[in-house]
Amino acid sequence: MTTATTTSALKPAAALTKNGGAPARRKIKSFYPSWFYIPAIALYVVFFAVPTFASFYFALTRWTLFDNTFIGFGNFVEFFQDPQLISGFIHTFEYGFATSAAKVVIGFLLALLLTGPVIARGYLRAVIFFPVLVSTIGVGIVFKNLLDPFHGMVNGILGAVGLPQPGWFTDPKLALWSIAAVDIWKGVGIATLIFMAGIVAIPQEYFEAARMDGAGSWKILRTITLPLSRPAMATVIILSLIGGLRSFDLIWATTGGGPGFTSDVIASVIYKEYQAGFYGLSTAGNVVLFLVVTVIMVPISYFLNRKEVEL
Amino acid sequence: MVFRGTAARTAVALGGTALLVASLAGCSGGLGGSSAGGGGSTSDTSSGKLTSNVTIKLLAGGNDPVSIATAKQYAAGFHKAEPKVTVTVDTRPGGTDGDNLIKTRLSTGEMDDVFLYNSGSLFQALHPDQTLQPLTNEPWVKNITKDFKATVSTSKGTYGAPAGTTFAGGIMYNKKVYEKLHLSIPTSWDEFIANSKKIKAAGITPVLQTYGDTWTSQLFVLGSYANISASDPQWATKYTDNDPSAKYSKMPALEGFEHTAQIHQLGLANKDYASLTNVNGLKELAEGKAAQYPMIAVVIGNVLQSDPSKVNDIGVFPIPADNASDTHLTIWEPGGAYIPKTTTGQKLIAAKKFVAWLNSPAGCDIQNKTGLPSGPYAISQCKVPSTAPALVADTQKYIDQGKSGVALEFLSPIKGPNLEKILIQVGSGISSAAQGAKLYDDDVKKQAQQLGLKAWG
Repeated sequence: MTTATTTSALKPAAALTKNGGAPARRKIKSFYPSWFYIPAIALYVVFFAVPTFASFYFALTRWTLFDNTFIGFGNFVEFFQDPQLISGFIHTFEYGFATSAAKVVIGFLLALLLTGPVIARGYLRAVIFFPVLVSTIGVGIVFKNLLDPFHGMVNGILGAVGLPQPGWFTDPKLALWSIAAVDIWKGVGIATLIFMAGIVAIPQEYFEAARMDGAGSWKILRTITLPLSRPAMATVIILSLIGGLRSFDLIWATTGGGPGFTSDVIASVIYKEYQAGFYGLSTAGNVVLFLVVTVIMVPISYFLNRKEVEL
Repeated sequence: MVFRGTAARTAVALGGTALLVASLAGCSGGLGGSSAGGGGSTSDTSSGKLTSNVTIKLLAGGNDPVSIATAKQYAAGFHKAEPKVTVTVDTRPGGTDGDNLIKTRLSTGEMDDVFLYNSGSLFQALHPDQTLQPLTNEPWVKNITKDFKATVSTSKGTYGAPAGTTFAGGIMYNKKVYEKLHLSIPTSWDEFIANSKKIKAAGITPVLQTYGDTWTSQLFVLGSYANISASDPQWATKYTDNDPSAKYSKMPALEGFEHTAQIHQLGLANKDYASLTNVNGLKELAEGKAAQYPMIAVVIGNVLQSDPSKVNDIGVFPIPADNASDTHLTIWEPGGAYIPKTTTGQKLIAAKKFVAWLNSPAGCDIQNKTGLPSGPYAISQCKVPSTAPALVADTQKYIDQGKSGVALEFLSPIKGPNLEKILIQVGSGISSAAQGAKLYDDDVKKQAQQLGLKAWG
């Protein structure tokens, strides 16, 4: 039962990493008349193409919502002069890479556990996935209360057993990492699920053959499970890194980028500019964020997929 | 219900035509309101008669319990006075999200018929000449104070009526604690620090800081603007004009940043300053666990909710300046009730009646009962009742002595958006007062450039 559902869950993951595959793309012939595409094209143009190009235009204006003045690249110049920008970028990378790495490692270990012979496996698989289903803002508010330095439950327990009670979200040195920890807790379920699908899809014969040849558990893990779940790993890395780099909602719900600017990421810097009524400037920021994520993700995605082909 | 709505719509259509004729005949003009463009055809509807039942929408000043309750009371009270008009209440988020919602609805032409919103710099950002109905010729305009009128007007006209009272921004303090420790109201910053040290020695929190609500970090800076204007009356103009002497990194404006830093350095703030919220801070102040709180007096309504018997234990005094003769109380003007350009015809007549009613005896009565008065009114029809909180009398005393001044946001359109975060950095020891002030000057520059002010390039 669970195997069936997880295997089917693998398909979209695999499709995503395989990127459609060049030869497959050429084979596609349209079975439909052209008018059949009109509704989809209309939706695409109205909701995706127009806003995208409009945003490229508004990024070049000083825009008050009531009127806009064309100012060329002024917004970009100003955006890059923002004193919070550099620290925002550093925090974004720290946060993105830390959460992604943790999700890969923890997700893989949990997937090993949950594809192995454990009691109540179905139940445990469901439990690890629950946080994914909860609204991020809800999670943020709950953790803000749990981790309140003076009235929160976590520090209450730490205090009761005589441990130090850090200001999780209020200590400038700790705030970003506390949020990252919550993000990992919340997001590791999806990574686990993808890894489980990858591991379950490895034909049992390989394991049996390896065991016949006298391979130990460590060797099986290193030479069979790990390499053969690389497609899953590529998916997890790409999804979690994109998610981490443009992460915003959890940060906003817990610290609002604070204290001061110590947990500000690019997305929250942009959001605050929008809040301040700097619509053109924040649109320029979004264009920059889009380009930065693209510049990072395209080579990573290319690298991961190439590895997969070589296998 | 259905046919009442239809009837109303027909009446609006008919009434609108009649109005157009009336206003073409008698565009009495007056104070330049007629030059405001598109709205001219409906600018003289105050004398208009309601010919049938109308429903208008009122956008509350926020979505907190007090804002919603206030708006609902206004709606119910007005319906009683003017049975032909039914007022339905919409809510909106407060703070910057609210600012964006208001701007979006105005620019898309979907604003409610009457909306409650800040006066001063936030009002100016709405491009009132393009988006709001001028109320310049309404009879109540002559009764509003000069200070308030300036905060809801442009060079072309007046657009808002006061909704609520003025209020002080200063040090809210617990009178009982002051009595017990035999302290007197400080007039200079050194005296304030001396008082605070005595309070600390008595085991009471001397100065509350509540960065759990980030906006509360700004009071030492924003609440001491009257001190700046006392030492340099032209400061706001110079600041708007990018005069290099009117910068936060220079005295006298730097004082506010230094004071914020000093409270942290001397350990005079509460331990949980980084996470305590405004409402919980007020509770500690009311209960005497803390003695002083730099705050705006309008929050006294929360004390009425949490500790109703202690409302009169709380007083207010100005944030002391380094130089005692500069110590003045900073005053905030009330928010306004505005009507968008998109409201026309019968709805406009009803909306104008509503705005006028708000400051009629019946309206004042409801204002006194629902929103706790936190200072004197900005319009002569409304009087603060004798049951008002003690800090209202304190505020009045400074105004009567001429020891008060209006906050900067009513004198200049420029307020940097990052002030609260910058002050949290300063007040938590993450950065120094000088660094914070420099950063804020840059923030101000960015805002001024966005506003397209010429002096800022």
